[in-house]
Amino acid sequence: MDTPSPHIFNNDSDVVVSVRIRVARNVAGLPFTGRASDSQRQEVLRMVTHAPLGGAFSNGLAWVNMSQASLQERQLLVERHLVSKHFADSALPRALGLGHNEELGVMVNEEDHLRIQSILPGFRLDQAFALARSFDQALEETVDFAFHPRWGYLTACPTNVGCGIRLGAMLHLPALRYSGEIERVKRAAKDLHLAVRGYYGEGTDAIGNFYQVSNQVTLGSSEEELLQHFRDEVIPKLVDYERTARQMLLEKNLPLIQDKVFRARATLKVARLLGAEEATKLLSTLRFGIATGLLPNLSMERVEQLLLQVQPAHLAQLDPFAGEEEMGRLSRANLVRRLLGDYSEDSPEI
Amino acid sequence: MKCDLCDKPAVVHEVVIQNGNKVEMHLCAEHATAKGYILPTVPVTQILQQFTISGKSIKAQKAAARRCEACGLTFAEFRQTGRFGCASCYDAFMPSVAAIIERAQSGAVSHRGSTPKRIVGQADRAAMRRQLIKEIETAVAAEQYERAASLQGRLHLLGSEQTPPSETNT
Repeated sequence: MDTPSPHIFNNDSDVVVSVRIRVARNVAGLPFTGRASDSQRQEVLRMVTHAPLGGAFSNGLAWVNMSQASLQERQLLVERHLVSKHFADSALPRALGLGHNEELGVMVNEEDHLRIQSILPGFRLDQAFALARSFDQALEETVDFAFHPRWGYLTACPTNVGCGIRLGAMLHLPALRYSGEIERVKRAAKDLHLAVRGYYGEGTDAIGNFYQVSNQVTLGSSEEELLQHFRDEVIPKLVDYERTARQMLLEKNLPLIQDKVFRARATLKVARLLGAEEATKLLSTLRFGIATGLLPNLSMERVEQLLLQVQPAHLAQLDPFAGEEEMGRLSRANLVRRLLGDYSEDSPEI
Repeated sequence: MKCDLCDKPAVVHEVVIQNGNKVEMHLCAEHATAKGYILPTVPVTQILQQFTISGKSIKAQKAAARRCEACGLTFAEFRQTGRFGCASCYDAFMPSVAAIIERAQSGAVSHRGSTPKRIVGQADRAAMRRQLIKEIETAVAAEQYERAASLQGRLHLLGSEQTPPSETNT
């Protein structure tokens, strides 16, 4: 068999799983969420959820009252990266607004009164930026935001002040991990003033070699400059590192990579009990196999779909009995076998 | 380990070369003092810490007690959580805030992004000018001439441009 080549997918999705733009805003004249009274927090909720919006948002958003959402519903929102763990677990009056097929999410009464975010699959940073900014501007027509002539948009944490915008990308970096280069890349990212976090953000592990990378500096550059730097310099550089590492591994260590990928596929096809973390790691390896051309008959979309569906709250939506530990592992393994079982054998080596 | 000269625990351990031979010496506090060793009664790190605290105490206590009149947050509380209580905290805790933000934002000293439509006006520019003058005076008094020059440049631009300018201090 010839050495396979890494595949480059549309929107760079072989490496860039998704992008996220997050805009932090606070309503002028009220203390920030952490210092506000419950009635002031309710006032923020009322102002934001009842604000008349024009243009693309004239139909309003679908609002979820987080205080009334069940634990499982809140967990589901965390798994979709629509809310932070901190927001899901908070006891404060808070709400989540969803719009544009869940591509837009608005957290009210997070650490800041408003966290407007847009998450899109692949490297579609411009579209995500445009969506989050257009909601920000639509809301600013009727709600005054806390602003300082020197510091810009004011936020509870001084690390978000200025534009209040964080640009993030969820990157799949298995080759950098396997080749031991990931720590060097993380150090380089730190020098570029980037934060590198795990699968579910701050304080979480990089399960399945998924890393969230975001800008740490929000002051001293315009919104467009921040976007341009992240889109044209930061992410292409990291994507290039990963692709080079993939090429090197394929050229110099093909049996090792084949072993990892084919073992993962075999395990997923025969396993009868699967934990969420184990399934995520194995599916991540399949994703790597597809991106390196080792699994030509398996679709990236199918693996992406499974990566979400094997998470506990998503699984419980499909199977109400999956909430229990042992039943969950059984149900997860069944789901994976069902969804992976219908593709044909794709490698003559096994 | 016991003292070489009695059964008390040894607190001084030393290796000395006598007539070309390596000799280990272990002494209790009493015998060590008798031989001229000066023993600290508390660990040195603790002494330094006491000096540090007492040296800073008045200034530190004064700074920590500063309070934002709008929301009641003290500077000590901010230091503990890293979160401001309200928009007014940014002015209430100057000039510490400027140093903290510059450090957190890799040297950036002011906003260069978009401005809400409602506040672009002379009143804000005048407030910003007053603030800059105050900071220049503080910088000069502290002999931070490079920083003062940078702030002076912003003040100059503020008088001649339409939008509030800014720059990074890298």
